[in-house]
Amino acid sequence: MQHTISVIVENDFGVLSRVATLFSGRGFNIESLSVAPTNEDGLSRMTIVTRGDEQILEQINKQLNKLIDVLKVLDFSDGSAVERELALIKVSAEDTARAEVLRIVDIFRAKIIDVTPKSYTIEATGNPLKIDAILELLRPLGLKEVVRTGSVAIGRGAKGWNG
Amino acid sequence: MKMNGARIMLECLKKEGVDTVFGYPGGTVINLYDELFNFKEIHHIMPRHEQAGTHAADGYARATGKVGVAIATSGPGATNTITGIATAYMDSIPMVIITGQVPTALIGNDAFQEVDIIGITRPCTKHSFLIRNVKDIALTMKKAFYIARSGRPGPVLVDFPKDIQMAHGEFHYPETVDIRGYKPNLSGHPRQVDKAVAMILDSRRPVMYVGGGAVLGDAAEPLTLLARKLSLPVTTTLMGLGSFPESDELSLGMLGMHGAYCANMAMSNSDLIIAIGARFDDRVTGKLSTFAPHAKIIHIDVDPTSIKKNVRVDLPIVGDVKDVLVKMINQADNSNDKLAGFTAALSPWHADITAWKEKHPLDYKQSSTVIKPQFVIQKLRELSNEDAIISTDVGQHQMWTAQFFKFNKPRTLLTSGGLGTMGYGLPAAMGAQAAFPNRQVITICGDGGIQMNIQEMATLVQNRLPVKIVILNNNFLGMVRQWQELFFDKRYSSTCNELPIDYIKLADAYGAKGFLASKPGEVESVIKQGFKENGPVIMEFKIAREEKVLPMVPAGASLNEMVLNA
Ligand SMILES: Cc1ncc(C[n+]2csc(CCOP(=O)(O)OP(=O)(O)O)c2C)c(N)n1
Ligand SMILES: [Mg+2]
Repeated sequence: MQHTISVIVENDFGVLSRVATLFSGRGFNIESLSVAPTNEDGLSRMTIVTRGDEQILEQINKQLNKLIDVLKVLDFSDGSAVERELALIKVSAEDTARAEVLRIVDIFRAKIIDVTPKSYTIEATGNPLKIDAILELLRPLGLKEVVRTGSVAIGRGAKGWNG
Repeated sequence: MKMNGARIMLECLKKEGVDTVFGYPGGTVINLYDELFNFKEIHHIMPRHEQAGTHAADGYARATGKVGVAIATSGPGATNTITGIATAYMDSIPMVIITGQVPTALIGNDAFQEVDIIGITRPCTKHSFLIRNVKDIALTMKKAFYIARSGRPGPVLVDFPKDIQMAHGEFHYPETVDIRGYKPNLSGHPRQVDKAVAMILDSRRPVMYVGGGAVLGDAAEPLTLLARKLSLPVTTTLMGLGSFPESDELSLGMLGMHGAYCANMAMSNSDLIIAIGARFDDRVTGKLSTFAPHAKIIHIDVDPTSIKKNVRVDLPIVGDVKDVLVKMINQADNSNDKLAGFTAALSPWHADITAWKEKHPLDYKQSSTVIKPQFVIQKLRELSNEDAIISTDVGQHQMWTAQFFKFNKPRTLLTSGGLGTMGYGLPAAMGAQAAFPNRQVITICGDGGIQMNIQEMATLVQNRLPVKIVILNNNFLGMVRQWQELFFDKRYSSTCNELPIDYIKLADAYGAKGFLASKPGEVESVIKQGFKENGPVIMEFKIAREEKVLPMVPAGASLNEMVLNA
């Protein structure tokens, strides 16, 4: 089962490698990981997408909580969060393909952010499944390069992570 | 008053009540050592290898319950501590390791004797710090000691660059410390405690399964009280030995791979296992799918990650084991009216246990011609002081010690359980002896492992640490040889030590005394002679070479499938 976990961490030297070491050392898998500072002083937020059964997820949760630099672990597995990912996609586009690319971009409400006579670069945001879908449609046209940020997630409702 | 960073560090140690440190000098700690030169409040012991220094700090911590402190220089000094740190980490031993580091401006440049020791030790430390400013030393050390000793204890590494040692600053030691990401949950939830007591009173075949957490959490007293109050049989892990007196009727001894038959049978037939500061290690559970098939499990531990890591748990209680046990005793007092009925209902269970004890007690065939290792261990118990501290190395002798010594008091057995580190015994004993100069400290080693830190003989002699070194010499890497005998057709690949060593001369060369026993009749007199000496001593016992540790649960088998004689 795939799970999305947010981890609030001290913005300290070495915290990323502590988390990474934890995952690799215990054989937990990371599908994606993104990290950046938050609005609160000295805190960063990681979003980790991982895979495992219930027991593994419980261990991941507990082991993350055990790290001194981790303030809070938010487990979004139950769909209680909004999840988004951003992708930058460079796709071949010549002759008739140019119009096809534009049509797809339009359907997915993506944006063209760079153009050459032979290619388009597209910025797409959305739920990771939506990113998968646009990539599937663009693939036959010739993907030259794809960059994905990995998921970020935020809980639904009026409350922030700490109330 | 302004002082340099090195001095600030020593003042911090003093504030933490550190009286003894184990360290080895070098270029990036030379400033620290210069300050130590005149710092009378801290007794510094220089081992002959940083691994041994770290084990000594570990032995000191296990014997006293205080935080052990080790110091090493950067680069090779720091890397030499790794085995010691990993050993402490696996057994949750509170330690602070201070390593010198190259000046901050050079970090990352592959400077002379630079290693990323924080990176290297990340998976085997509870936490680590790099001090980047002289202003941060005091708060960092306050945090380091707090993290090392609180919650589930563990080693904390502090990397201390040379320029910070030389920089000047004010010394103010914080009174308190608050780490927002670290709030160990020490207080057991009262409702869970009540449920636990109710489950116990409902059970008919209960067993207390006790691990190192009971020793580390100083919970021997409430544990013993609760067990006796409710008539609960108690088995301990290797790390839990000493938390409950083995002389007690209720004691089943050690369980697991080389545990007592009665202990493993009790676990396999139990209807309620009360796990206390134990972690269901694979050496204890045997095959997981058949482990304790009829039992409900209550698991009490300060570390939530231990709970449900390996086995299903019916009632988890996160908290300091002592706190939880005291609450359980109070709750049992509230149910006093039910206690008599409960303990009476346990009598068929106690009868089963007695039958198992009688059917296959821990035993060995005595010999009149060769020394049996188990006999030496029994004699050591008989002839040593009640409060003697025993350390062991790793191998067959370790298991014989666990099986036959009979530990009655906590913190009297120092042994590397989780990592199983050969070379641990002698330096750990050295640390314990430094903490308790007037207690008898004995290390029980094999002929293989003793070589791994034999250089510490010099430290013992120099510092007048009268450790009694027992070598059970089978001239084999016995534990591995046993596996080769049982599972590899007696192909003794690289397990015969072959070259005989004259341990008497060796002791002499270091300025210590050596005694040798080759026949059973000599065992007692050698022990008596050794114990009489005021200084460090080697007592070598030439033992039956192919004696096996039995009984044994083969790796991957179920606990109730013990090999009793092979
Ligand atoms: C550092 C280290 N290396 C290797 C091992 C694997 N090992 C476990 S027991 C053992 C044999 C120990 O031999 P000895 O010290 O003579 O003790 P004995 O088993 O003969 O009592 C070995 C090699 C280990 N535990 N630790
Ligand atoms: Mg041996």
